[in-house]
Amino acid sequence: MTDLSPAPAAPAALWCDRCGESVAAGPHPACEAARAWEPPRWCASCRRRMKVQVVPAGWSAVCVEHGERRG
Amino acid sequence: MPEILDQARERVLGNGVGLDEAGVLAVLNLPDEHLPAALQLAHEVRMRWCGPEVEVEGIVSLKTGGCPEDCHFCSQSGLFTSPVRSVWLDIPALVEAAKQTAATGATEFCIVAAVRGPDARLMKQMREGVAAIRAAVDIQVAASLGMLTQEQVDELVEMGVHRYNHNLETCRSYFPNVVTTHSWEERWETLRMVRESGMEVCCGGILGLGETVEQRAEFAAQLAELDPHEVPLNFLNPRPGTPLGDRPVVEGKDALRAIAAFRLAMPRTILRYAGGRELTLGDLGTRDGLLGGINAVIVGNYLTTLGRPANADLKLLEDLKMPVKALSATL
Ligand code: SF4
Ligand SMILES: [Zn+2]
Ligand SMILES: [Zn+2]
Repeated sequence: MTDLSPAPAAPAALWCDRCGESVAAGPHPACEAARAWEPPRWCASCRRRMKVQVVPAGWSAVCVEHGERRG
Repeated sequence: MPEILDQARERVLGNGVGLDEAGVLAVLNLPDEHLPAALQLAHEVRMRWCGPEVEVEGIVSLKTGGCPEDCHFCSQSGLFTSPVRSVWLDIPALVEAAKQTAATGATEFCIVAAVRGPDARLMKQMREGVAAIRAAVDIQVAASLGMLTQEQVDELVEMGVHRYNHNLETCRSYFPNVVTTHSWEERWETLRMVRESGMEVCCGGILGLGETVEQRAEFAAQLAELDPHEVPLNFLNPRPGTPLGDRPVVEGKDALRAIAAFRLAMPRTILRYAGGRELTLGDLGTRDGLLGGINAVIVGNYLTTLGRPANADLKLLEDLKMPVKALSATL
């Protein structure tokens, strides 16, 4: 046992951030393509619907558990 | 040259009189080989009756999602299982968005809310937001807040909102297939009040909702009758969870035919590229539209979806030698 263990990494993506379905069997190509023109809607870690605000020059998406993403 | 284009050259280009419904339909039905000629004529019409300037606008959602209406294309309706959650933009973020928009050279900043019509809370937010923008940013403020009462129209005028957007979305005959919670006539009534108030009327819609080509022509004729200052033209971006979520996107050539036809119906209006152009027409489509009758763009992102970066559109305007309309020209 060591006390130098690294900080917990961000949880791995379990859910598609566009459609909210599982990505256990791999990412969704159609969703990935669509994401070029839309912000994420679902938290990829916990599948909560995020609060998303789009502004002319960017977007922000907030999960109450996993914090904010910006683009 | 098809007869309709010869007629349009004389009537629209020569005399500035828009095509009627039958004429618009003939343009919408032109075979592909005549599309370049239609776009060229629409471009000449725009240059002659509007000039080379392009009006640049940014839009922002003040209140997103949770709308009680059921417009079947809309991801912000609270009646569908859309993943869009309800959220409000605060005033500092609103002012920041206006600043970013002005920095692109845009002269218009449109504040939009997903509502049937404004309530007291939204009107208060508008009053504070518009005042804060006007104090900090040199830009014209427009609004799109759904159906209005006469008192609300008067209040918006008093705030200094210079243009009001309220889309009819589609033609009168098809509207009940798209919206059941309010009528086309109710929308028309708001537009009438806006016009009488002296605010500029901005009214357009979305193509690709399942309307027929005939209904597209009907829509162009109804817009021409309204004679709005600006017509934003959207192409359906099918949103997950909405009743129209599985519809195909409009075919690129049909979108361009519609742009030419709408310009030939309304030679003097500001015809704005709005949402869906990226999906329907790809990167090259913006250029084709600007050379086919379009003389205004929304730059940057839309309300819930993303657009091309403002720089890409501004660079294109530079390449096309189309000056961005200056603020002084809009006052
Ligand atoms: S009124 Fe506007 S925000 Fe509400 S569902 Fe219709 S289009 Fe969407
Ligand atoms: Zn997906
Ligand atoms: Zn989360």
